[in-house]
This record gives sequence, structure tokens and C-alpha cells, in this order.
Amino acid sequence: MIEIHNLSKQYDNQPLFKGLHLNIAKGSVVTLIGPSGSGKSTLLRCMNGLESFQEGHISVNGQKLYGIHEQNYNKAQVHLTLKNIRRKVGMVFQQFNLFPHMTVLHNIIESPTHVLGISQAEAESNAISLLQKVHLEEKAHSYPDQLSGGEQQRVAIARSLAMKPEAMLFDEPTSSLDPEMIEEVLAVIKDLVSEGMTTVIATHEMSFASDVSTDVVFLERGEILEHGSPKDIFYNPKNDRMRAFLSRFMK
Amino acid sequence: MNYKLLFTRSILLLQICLSVLYFSTTNSFAHQNTLEKVKSTGVLIWGFDAEGGAPYVFHDPKHPSKLVGFEVELVAAIARELGVKVQHFQNAWDSILLSLQRGDFDIALNGIEITPDKEPSVLFTRPYYVYAEQIVVRASDNRINRPEDLRGKKVGTLYNTVAKRMLEEMGEITVNIYSGQVEPFKDLSLSRIDAVFVDLPIASYYAKPNPQLRLVGKPAGEGYYGIAVRKEDTALAEELNKIIEKLLRTGELQKIYSRWGLWNTAQEKLFLHEEPLQKYTENLPSVSEKVSPSVTKFLPTLLKGALVTVGISILSMMLAVGLGLILAITRLYGNTWLQRISTAYIEIYRGTPLLIQLYILYYGLPNIGITLSAFAAAILGLGMNYAAYEAEIYRAGIQSIPKGQTEAALSLGMSKRLALKRIILPQALRITIPPMTNDFIALFKDSSLVSVIAMVELTKSYSILASASMNFFKLGIITALLYFGMSYPLSLYARKLEKKLRLYDRNP
Ligand SMILES: Nc1ncnc2c1ncn2[C@@H]1O[C@H](COP(=O)(O)OP(=O)(O)OP(=O)(O)O)[C@@H](O)[C@H]1O
Ligand SMILES: [Mg+2]
Repeated sequence: MIEIHNLSKQYDNQPLFKGLHLNIAKGSVVTLIGPSGSGKSTLLRCMNGLESFQEGHISVNGQKLYGIHEQNYNKAQVHLTLKNIRRKVGMVFQQFNLFPHMTVLHNIIESPTHVLGISQAEAESNAISLLQKVHLEEKAHSYPDQLSGGEQQRVAIARSLAMKPEAMLFDEPTSSLDPEMIEEVLAVIKDLVSEGMTTVIATHEMSFASDVSTDVVFLERGEILEHGSPKDIFYNPKNDRMRAFLSRFMK
Repeated sequence: MNYKLLFTRSILLLQICLSVLYFSTTNSFAHQNTLEKVKSTGVLIWGFDAEGGAPYVFHDPKHPSKLVGFEVELVAAIARELGVKVQHFQNAWDSILLSLQRGDFDIALNGIEITPDKEPSVLFTRPYYVYAEQIVVRASDNRINRPEDLRGKKVGTLYNTVAKRMLEEMGEITVNIYSGQVEPFKDLSLSRIDAVFVDLPIASYYAKPNPQLRLVGKPAGEGYYGIAVRKEDTALAEELNKIIEKLLRTGELQKIYSRWGLWNTAQEKLFLHEEPLQKYTENLPSVSEKVSPSVTKFLPTLLKGALVTVGISILSMMLAVGLGLILAITRLYGNTWLQRISTAYIEIYRGTPLLIQLYILYYGLPNIGITLSAFAAAILGLGMNYAAYEAEIYRAGIQSIPKGQTEAALSLGMSKRLALKRIILPQALRITIPPMTNDFIALFKDSSLVSVIAMVELTKSYSILASASMNFFKLGIITALLYFGMSYPLSLYARKLEKKLRLYDRNP
């Protein structure tokens, strides 16, 4: 469903990815793990065009996004490609990024009504059932700053789901949460995964990663050092650095 | 807020202001006898306004540092007779008598009409010139031939003059009041007004050489120019009377006036007038009864001015807020050229004085064929100036919204435009409300600047009334109170808003 081919990206002459390849099959659950600064967020952001890259291409559902130095790169077409990709791929951020000037309900129906052109009534009834799914139906008319961090993140997930995406990207969805709220968010993501949603998650929650993922990708300095099933990665790591990294988490 | 404390503080401040004013007015008592002072120092200080223009006192266009005019020559002759030198004192014409009273100079001689309303404040010598009011129209315009034809027309005249009062008493005339002598003729040739009604010397100097303009009808409402001295300076007045008489008899006065094309048979009357002041003024056709100092009489005019001020402020703020948003968005998101244009606009408007911008709009644009009404120029001038400031407020507001907001919106499939409209701007606008309210208060006060382009708003109404009645103090306090009464609630509101927005970072 998502193919990353020969991806090269640099930040002001500081190379990050140097010809990275990754295939994410439909229905798979991929966790990105790795030390801070290894490029997890950047990789996710490249997948939905929040970040541009220099070489290679990323294909999402057949929509191809080219690096800006590729000869297939076409500035006029990028808009359209991005539009198509973003409608099919949802993203959840570490900082939630709910719209503070709108109620929970409005946060959720904003894009369906204005981008997809769904009627207000239909969008609202969808939103209510999504809120039920994340166990927050009673907060429909609250404002984001009246919610706890865990609640905000669940609203953010519901907001992304309202666009009926085919894949979801999570960038450290629990990293800015208090420990007691982490579980409620992870539970929601687990539900989603069990329904077969194609999911890519950057996370430091190793037991969760080992629990839900079909694939684990270990990144370091922009390179994929290991890629395999959770069993292989967590119980039988081949790479020394991978082992060193894990030992810090699995005490 | 502690209103009681605020109130007592305001009262205290007012008292300080009042006492400062009081002490600064008392220095006129310092001179016991101006004539003696002039003789002993050998200097006669002459108050006039060179900006008032030709042919009275003005800067020689060929040698701008030199003052010329028939009054310059007259004062030179007077000083020679007194055996003293002349010292110039430039003073705004509107407040010339006030400055005389304050003791800034010894005589005020600058086309000052002898009228009974000035009687309580100054002493006049015998007249030195007989003037009359003259109608000037565009050469191509045949509608106006007599004063009666001015009804229903837009007529320009000067501040605090007999011509102005005559126009007001005729009624049904839209009177445009100017403080400079050039501007009414400029507006007349631009068809902003239908006629100019001013003292004959001005009309002949400015309109006669201009082929676009034409003097029509007989001069109306004869009156007299006199030299004003302080009330207590009877000795000086008598001395000046003698000198005027001498200059008349020797024919020197006629020579001076002839050089400026100002001598006419009407001037013969100067010889007849040796009677007390009343005689010169009783025949004036149009001078209103003595202006009563009662405040209630001025209030309607001031309130009308206040209404104009409010109207101008609101309309120009609306323009500033709208244009400012466009400028901010093009500066932040436009292509390179749009960015450059809006940046240049903002820098130029913030880097030049509003006054100059107003002059260019009103008097400069006609040179390239764009003639704006005073009202339009006022709104455009203020609005376009403030737009530059509002643009920067918008920009700061937009930039203060975290990047994550845009990213969340984009990841939900919104276009950049939609994200700006639905997510960024609504949040940014709430941040901009308090500083914009403050700017509105500033604009409200800056609106007094549009009086330079013949808009009669609150400040202009004040200076017209004050210079006519010599009541600068009382009227000044009332006008200031009017401004304050309108701006203070606004600034309270701005502060409340600011607090509210800080407390709840969201919609109510
Ligand atoms: N806008 C940027 N400009 C320059 N360098 C950047 C920028 N964003 C990220 N980088 C660099 O790219 C590298 C990868 O950053 P990224 O945020 O993708 O890492 P990460 O794996 O998500 O780290 P973390 O676990 O801390 O979130 C880092 O070295 C970072 O300094
Ligand atoms: Mg990250």
C-alpha cells in the first residue's frame, strides 16, 4: 500500500536518508523504532507530504510522490498527488494539534464537511459514532483545553478517522502523555489495528510494538538497520546497535 | 480596577494642567507699557502668518528666505516712523490674537478684520485698508453672478473671516473652510467647490492671473483691516493711529498699495475714519451679534464635528482592517512579486508622515488626474496608513499560531487556502483584536489630522469656534473631554478583551 523507493533526504546539506527502501503492505502494522533523531518522524512526514525530499519516490495507493530532484517531479502535479494521498492517509501527532477554537465535534466534522463535502448532519452522526468508538461521546461539545491529554489524543484519532483513511500514521502518539493515560490511547490504536487498518507507528513503547505490529523497523541515523517480525527483532536481534538500543528499554 | 483612585488621580492631573495654563497666561501682565518697551529696546515685534499667503505677507517665491507683501512694506514704514527695527514673529493665523494677548509680540497686523466679536479681547487702531468680499468662479462656469447665486452651492472661504460669516448667514450654502489661501483656489479649479468667497486682495492676487478662474459680481460687504494691540496698550494704539494718518496724508500708503495693485477708490474712505471703532463695524452687513461665551451655544457644532470624527474613524478603520489583512496574507503567502509589493507598501506607509500622505492624496493626485473629495481623501488617507500597521499586527498574529495547526489541517486533506481560512485566521484574528482596538483609539485621535484637507471634524470645529470666540480654554477642555469620553470606554473595552482572551484561550 505504501512503497518507499530509494528515498534520499537532506536537511541543509546534512544527509538523513540515503537511498531508503520500505514496503508497507495493505493491512500491515509497522512500528518504527530507533533512537531520538534517527528519522522516524521525518519518514512519517515524507509519507504524507508534510516534508519534501530530494530523491526517490514514495507511492501511496498508486499515487506517486517524487523527490524534487527527480525528473518526474512536476510542481503542478504535486498538489493533486498530495491531495489524493492526504485524503487516504491520516496522521496523528505527538502534540495532538487539535484546533483550539472549535469544539470536539467541530474538530471532527471540519474536514469531512469542507474537504469531502459531506453534509453537516451526516458528518455529525459519523462523528458521534467515532466518539463512541474512542469512548468520548460525552465530550462532543467540550473544547480541547477542557480535555486531558489522553482524551485530546483520542479525539485527534477520531478526527483523522472521520476522513475514512485507508492508512494511519502515528508519530509517537503517547510520548507527551502522563503514564496513566498512555494505555487508553494505545487501546484505541489496538482496536483500530484489529479492524485491519494499515498502520505505521513511530513509538518508544516497545511492549506495545511487540504486541501489535506485523513488522518492526529499526532506524538509526536515517538508515534501516533491521526490519522483521516483532519476534525476530525483539527476541533475536542480530545487530549490535539494535541490541544496545533494546537493552535500554527492556529492563 | 480601582475607579475611585483613578478618578482622584484624573482630577489631580486636571488641576495641574489648569494651573500650568493659568500661569502661562499671566505673563502678558509683564509688560506695563508696550510703547515704552518698543522705544527703549528699539524693536517692534510684529506677529503675522506667512503661511496665510499673498499679497499680505509671504515668502518671495524667487528668494524663499525673504518676506514680501504689502503688509511687510507697511510695517517697515511704521517702524521707520517709530524709529525702531522690526522683528518678525511667525504665528498661526488662527491663534494670532491669542498669542498677542499672551505677549508673544507687540502688534498683530495680518489682514485682521475689525469686527465687534474681537472687541472684548484686543484693541484696534484705525483701519489701514478697506477690503470687500469677492466671488471667484471657474471661468467656464456661468451659473454664479451675484452673492444670491451662491445658495445651494459649495463655496470655499477662509477660517474666521467676515466672508465665512456672511456665507453662513446667507444659509443654504455648503461652506468649505480652509486655513491656507492657495487651497480654496486649487479646489475651485478642480471643481471640488463651485465658488470661492474671500477678501478682495486675496481674490485679485490669486485668481486674476489664473485664466481658469474669474472674478464675478461687485465686491460685497465692505470692511476694514486694523492693527491689533493688547487692550491695555492705548498709548501704542494712539501712536500707531498718528503714523497711519501720516502715511495716508503723505501718499506713502497709496504708493505701497498701488505697487500691489490694491489701491482703489474704496480706500478713500480711510481718510474719513477717525471715529471710534463702532463706526467701522456697525455697517458690516453680516457680523453676527456678539458671540456669547455660553457653552451650550457651541455644543451642537462640536457634536456635529464629533459625529464626523466618529464616522471618519469607523470607515477608515474598516478600510485599514480589510486592506491590512490582504497585505499581511500577500506578504506571508504571495509569490515573490506580491511579497515585495506588500512589503514595500508597509514600509513606505510606516516610514512617512500621515500628514504628507494626506497632502499627496488630496492636493497631489489631481496633478495626475485623480480628484478625490475631502471625505474620500480623509478615509483613504487614514485607512491606507493604518492598513500598514494592521498588516503587521495580522502577520504577528498569524505567525504566533503553532506550525502543528497547519500540519494537522493539511494532513486532514485541507488545502493551504482552506487551512488558512478555517484554522489559522480564526485563531490569529482573536489575538489581533486587542492591539487593533488600541490602534482604533490611536486612529480616532489621528483623525484630527484630516482637518488639513478641509474636513471639518471635531478638532477643526474646535479651532474654528475657538478662534472666532477667542475661547480656546473652555472650548479646548470641552473638546478634549469629547475625545476622551469616546476613546476611554474603547480602551477599557480593549483591556477587558485582552484579559478575557488571556483567560480563555478559546471561543466563549
Ligand atoms: N526542520 C529541520 N531542519 C533541520 N534538521 C532537521 C529538521 N527536522 C529534523 N531534522 C533533523 O533530522 C533528524 C531526524 O529527525 P526526526 O525528528 O525525524 O527524528 P526522530 O527519530 O523522530 O526523533 P525523536 O525520537 O526525537 O522524535 C534529526 O537529526 C534532526 O535534527
Ligand atoms: Mg520524532
